[in-house]
Amino acid sequence: MEPNFQEVWVYLSASPLTALSATLVAYLIGDWIYQRSGKKPILNPVLIAVCLITVILWVTDIDYWTYFEGAQFVHFLLGPATVALAIPVSALIRSLKGSYRAIAAALFCGSLTAAVSAVVIAELLNASTQTVLSLAPKSVTTPIAMGIAERIGGLPSLTAVCVIMTGIIGAVIGPYLLNFAKITHWDARGFAMGVAAHGIGTARAIQINKEAGAFASLAIGLNGLATAAMIPIAFAIWQWFSGA
Amino acid sequence: MLGSITVLLLFQLLGEILARAFDIAIPGPVIGLFLLILVLLRRPEIPRKLDETATGLLSHLSLLFVPAGVGVIAHLALLGNEWQAILGSLIGSTALTVLVTGWVLQKLHKGHRDGA
Repeated sequence: MEPNFQEVWVYLSASPLTALSATLVAYLIGDWIYQRSGKKPILNPVLIAVCLITVILWVTDIDYWTYFEGAQFVHFLLGPATVALAIPVSALIRSLKGSYRAIAAALFCGSLTAAVSAVVIAELLNASTQTVLSLAPKSVTTPIAMGIAERIGGLPSLTAVCVIMTGIIGAVIGPYLLNFAKITHWDARGFAMGVAAHGIGTARAIQINKEAGAFASLAIGLNGLATAAMIPIAFAIWQWFSGA
Repeated sequence: MLGSITVLLLFQLLGEILARAFDIAIPGPVIGLFLLILVLLRRPEIPRKLDETATGLLSHLSLLFVPAGVGVIAHLALLGNEWQAILGSLIGSTALTVLVTGWVLQKLHKGHRDGA
């Protein structure tokens, strides 16, 4: 009997199982390449997986929303994963006695710089309003950033891409900038990487120094909270000034 | 494991309900994160099973970014027109944020260290 490839293809291209399997396999390939390269920030597993799936979708002519019907099962876990950040963050808060003021000041300045400079530079470069709004939460970990973008009228998926790009840019240029500015303390180096470049920056900080890694992890959670509270307020003020 | 996942989902659900009921401009999971931190800080220690589940889930955090990252396909036109502005903003803003955050913490934390 001749195998019915047509029918197999019809099943595969429409089933959520294919998209879900492809997502996991692409990520495992990306992670394998990253580990084999000696953890080079430029060979980020997420970046590789996204490129692989993009090529597969383009070659097979499957549209994004068909893919997302399967991939949404992975995507859904971003919610509980965000809540799970409470565990490392609360563990670190317990061990940080007496440094609250310095951390709060660095957090406030960092969050504000991240959002305001992204918006101002994009405005100067004539980006559309929707793009500017998608860029504002770019330094926050993805689930929080997407939630913020959705709230203020940006495109959550464009934000997700900008967040990942921000993480890679921060992980690559961050250590050079910190050396250049003579910021040598491990707590300051780690916290700066966590505020500016969330999880990808943190992964880099953990590799270099344990104290830097701990401060970077704390920074992801704190910056998520600070930015989620700050951007909608800043957005309301900005709308008021522009007379919208 | 199942109990811990249920705890995480319930805190997310509580966050989503509060965000909608009071029209709060903070995403539901972030409110859930904040509430769980408050609860955990009041306990003598973090429950071991919850710690294990969270560590497991967060060790694969980057995988969870993939479907949204692929979403760039749906917005290729937008990126195509504005990629210079987007890239310029991302590089400039990320560099500034690293410098400002690191500088402020190093300046202020120094005093604490000398006193310690």
